[in-house]
Amino acid sequence: MSSVAQKKGFGATLWDWLTTVDHKKIGILYFLGGGFFFVIGGIEAMLIRWQLHKPNNDFVSAGLYNDLITMHGTTMIFLAAMPILFGFMNAIVPLQIGARDVAFPFLNSLGFWMFFMGGLFLNISWIYGEVPDAGWTSYASLSLASQGHGIDFYAIGLQIAGGGTLMAGINFLVTIINMRAPGMTYMRMPLFTWTTFIASAMILFAFPPLTIGLFLLTFDRMFGGNFFNHEMGGNTIIWEHIFWIFGHPEVYILILPAFGIFSEIFSIFSRKRLFGYPSMVFATVLIGFLGFMVWAHHMFTVGLGPTANAIFAVATMAIAVPTGVKIFNWLLTIWGGSIKVTTPMLYALGFIPSFVMGGVTGVMQGAAPLDYQLHDSYFIVAHFHYVIVGGVVLAILAGTHLYWPKMFGTMLNETLGKIEFWFFFIGFHMTFLIQHWLGFWGMPRRVWKFMPEQGWDFANLISTIGAFLMAVGVIVLVVNVIITSVKNVRVGNDPWGDGRTLEWAIESPPIYYNFSATPLVRGLDSVWIEKMEGNASGFTPAEPVKDIHMPNGSIIPFLMTLGMFIAGFGAMFRTETEWGLGLLIFGLAFTFVSMAARSLQDDTGYYIKKEEILRDLKRKGGQK
Amino acid sequence: MDLNKKFTPETWPEHPERATLEAKNKFVGFWLFLGGETILFATLFATYIALKNSGPSGFGFSTQELYELPLVFVMTMLLLTSSLTSVFAMYHLRNYNFKKMQLWLAITALLGLAFLMLEVYEFSHYVGLGFTFNNSAFSSAFYTLVGTHGFHVAVGLVWITLLIFRNAKRGLNLYNATKYYTFSLYWHFIDVVWVFIFTVVYLMGVVG
Repeated sequence: MSSVAQKKGFGATLWDWLTTVDHKKIGILYFLGGGFFFVIGGIEAMLIRWQLHKPNNDFVSAGLYNDLITMHGTTMIFLAAMPILFGFMNAIVPLQIGARDVAFPFLNSLGFWMFFMGGLFLNISWIYGEVPDAGWTSYASLSLASQGHGIDFYAIGLQIAGGGTLMAGINFLVTIINMRAPGMTYMRMPLFTWTTFIASAMILFAFPPLTIGLFLLTFDRMFGGNFFNHEMGGNTIIWEHIFWIFGHPEVYILILPAFGIFSEIFSIFSRKRLFGYPSMVFATVLIGFLGFMVWAHHMFTVGLGPTANAIFAVATMAIAVPTGVKIFNWLLTIWGGSIKVTTPMLYALGFIPSFVMGGVTGVMQGAAPLDYQLHDSYFIVAHFHYVIVGGVVLAILAGTHLYWPKMFGTMLNETLGKIEFWFFFIGFHMTFLIQHWLGFWGMPRRVWKFMPEQGWDFANLISTIGAFLMAVGVIVLVVNVIITSVKNVRVGNDPWGDGRTLEWAIESPPIYYNFSATPLVRGLDSVWIEKMEGNASGFTPAEPVKDIHMPNGSIIPFLMTLGMFIAGFGAMFRTETEWGLGLLIFGLAFTFVSMAARSLQDDTGYYIKKEEILRDLKRKGGQK
Repeated sequence: MDLNKKFTPETWPEHPERATLEAKNKFVGFWLFLGGETILFATLFATYIALKNSGPSGFGFSTQELYELPLVFVMTMLLLTSSLTSVFAMYHLRNYNFKKMQLWLAITALLGLAFLMLEVYEFSHYVGLGFTFNNSAFSSAFYTLVGTHGFHVAVGLVWITLLIFRNAKRGLNLYNATKYYTFSLYWHFIDVVWVFIFTVVYLMGVVG
């Protein structure tokens, strides 16, 4: 069962990727899957910007425009940003804490396939021709009125993908609680692990409301429920509450891991210990907590009353405090550091002013009276893109450069990386800075056309040009990936030369059992400590080399999700076709039989013998 | 892990459900999962409370007219007792007494089944009165909240039945001890949710 003895060839490789439970490979799958949807969401964004580049443009119809904005938002949040971050978490977090694996390798694979199949389900709506069109928030008053199957694709696709996310969250929580190496106390965990931990806890409490919300929407649309139908006593505000109890924490689920990645980068490339580590941890926990307390700031204009608005306004602004702590800690990490401006560092330096601008406009909208003015204008669009692109996407691009060698064993080209950064960064500010003013000038969001005499022509043109510059940046990244993959120059354990945490102590990419022996952690930034004390390998084993227990691969996660995917179509066509109900039952039965097969077989994994590990070690000729 | 390793009550660990790393992972993971389930039910409770008694104009059902406490009281007793019997089962799990554990789990399953049958009767009774899932926001919320709980009971019954039959011949080991134990956690959780349903839906419904 060792990787050395595996068969070669396309079929064998495909089977290997379909059945893998190795967290590093699943990380790559998340990364590729998320990257795929990122491109789709990006193309949707380009189409939106092209429609708005001049007044009275008739490039897309009003209906198609609704489809585009809905799918752009949904795709970018659920299918691009979160999965790519999961990719980094899977690839890096177990290595950072010195673990051999994640807690639930099987569940990890299931989580990935549910995300991917849910995403496919959602995007098949384009091929089917009936696309979700009620915005990514899918407010019930709009979504119940939406004709065709568009919203059904949204509800079922997100239900499947959301289930996968919940599994990933539980998996990371248990991994971090139970599987840390000896000496890796909570207060020695790298910041990326900490932010993953808190983001996972938020997933655990934020996704069940989404599950319920989507079920209620599905019941209303497809099974004659009345939750949101006011004629039958229902109330659409319930959807808004449920959606935002999920939706607000969701933005912190995205931004916290991004903070984690940047914390690693600042520390590595300033060649300094992260300034104020304990306060960084505390700020992360506090943001995680406050993230749940503020959902109604999305609903100021609903008419909840001044008391409720005031409470949520104050709670919202309170989040600026721990976030400010983080910003200053990053600045003080750079201060006096021996700075190396690599591509990841460039992104990190660009992130600080960009994200602060997004944060400031967030505090502005936290003031409920001002929100009445800014609500549903382009100011909002500018604000959340400054947060999500200026925070999360910059972190994803930075992380891609930083962790590429660890994930794939080869370095991305630095010159191309810097070109990519400047295109993306300038394009980003060109696109969204001007949109603040468009908001002040009264341009509402989600409208597909504007008139020439409204005075928005030039600003919109600038915004569109900026968007295309961002696209050029992404294309440079793709070119970079292709070139470096073809050249495929192998790199060593620590290609940046200044790695501080455990993942940089093992080879790139890591061998399938990660560590030949569990490492001993002697402090924060343990590899840095070892290097400073003259141990060039950066790695002290906590125990002698011994047999390693590993999980078996399995095709069952793929089959289970396939069943859900089929059942989704069955549920959608249940009433209007003869085969719909049959397909629904077949799909669910398929999933259930797969689950039963998993339960009945005793899959207790296998052992890698000590001799094989010693042989690997000898071949690498390194590690003591 | 060696599935065939035989224990005696003396060599059996004090906490068999979390004796190995995998077991510890499942143990912690299941507790976390129950945390998520709590939020799931909380959302349903909130929706129910918001929509209680609201329907289209002329809607003829109110909680006071609908609910019958004697039936619900019997259901509550059945489920609470089944939690107690699952505690007995876990007592025998700790003491490595496989036969008695299986027996008490079977009794737990039967009590759960009786509860579920009464719930089916209750639902069909309401539907007979004309209180269907589709006729108001109240009815949708009621059937979704109580039905989700009932669905959890059904899942628990399938789970424990499979566990009992799957392991009937091979007895207890460190691999399936965790599976039995997490089932008992799940069963207690369902019971606690029912206590809330009994209070928030039925008692508060009858009071007004």
